Amino acid sequence: MKNRLKVLRAERDWTQARLANELEVSRQTINAIEKGKFDPSLPLAFKAARLFGLSIEEIFQDGAG
Amino acid sequence: MKKQTSATGQWEASTAKNGTRVLIWALAWVLTTALAAFGPKAFWDFHTGLTILGVLINVGVGFGMIFATKRHLQALDEMHQKIFRDAAVLSLGVGLVCASSYELLEDIQLITFQPEISHVMILMCLTFLVGMIAGHRKYR
Repeated sequence: MKNRLKVLRAERDWTQARLANELEVSRQTINAIEKGKFDPSLPLAFKAARLFGLSIEEIFQDGAG
Repeated sequence: MKKQTSATGQWEASTAKNGTRVLIWALAWVLTTALAAFGPKAFWDFHTGLTILGVLINVGVGFGMIFATKRHLQALDEMHQKIFRDAAVLSLGVGLVCASSYELLEDIQLITFQPEISHVMILMCLTFLVGMIAGHRKYR
């Protein structure tokens, strides 16, 4: 699954650690999500969407399509 | 924002604290296992009451370790929960299959010694460790 977390984070000049703190996950998890190695759960995706004030679809895209 | 950062700092501290708690329970379990195994001969000359007490303490501490591990697992974030679960499934599967075959080896006289449960436990611990390392490498 592709996502725009890295871009959104860069726009706010946030570090991975800062985003990890905001989403209450580890920095390693943010890194894995940004690299597309780990797909977040729906609750975590909603949390990220709320944090950035966007819809889930604006952050996460289905990589299969 | 400051309030949230403080809350997440608490979350990280809580995760670390849970990990330390598991370590302490695991250490206590190893010690009480040693006490239950060697205590009857070394300390109380096979006194039945003390031997039963030693075993009960060992089992009790074992359950404490299980609950501490469960709390630790629940406090981890979802990726680390997945890594832990995958490693645990691998360890359980390898342990089950190898324990069965290991026991069979004696029955069919391919080995001459008595299979020991401790060998299976060591194998399961090592498999879990390998699973955890592989999981962390996978998501690095």
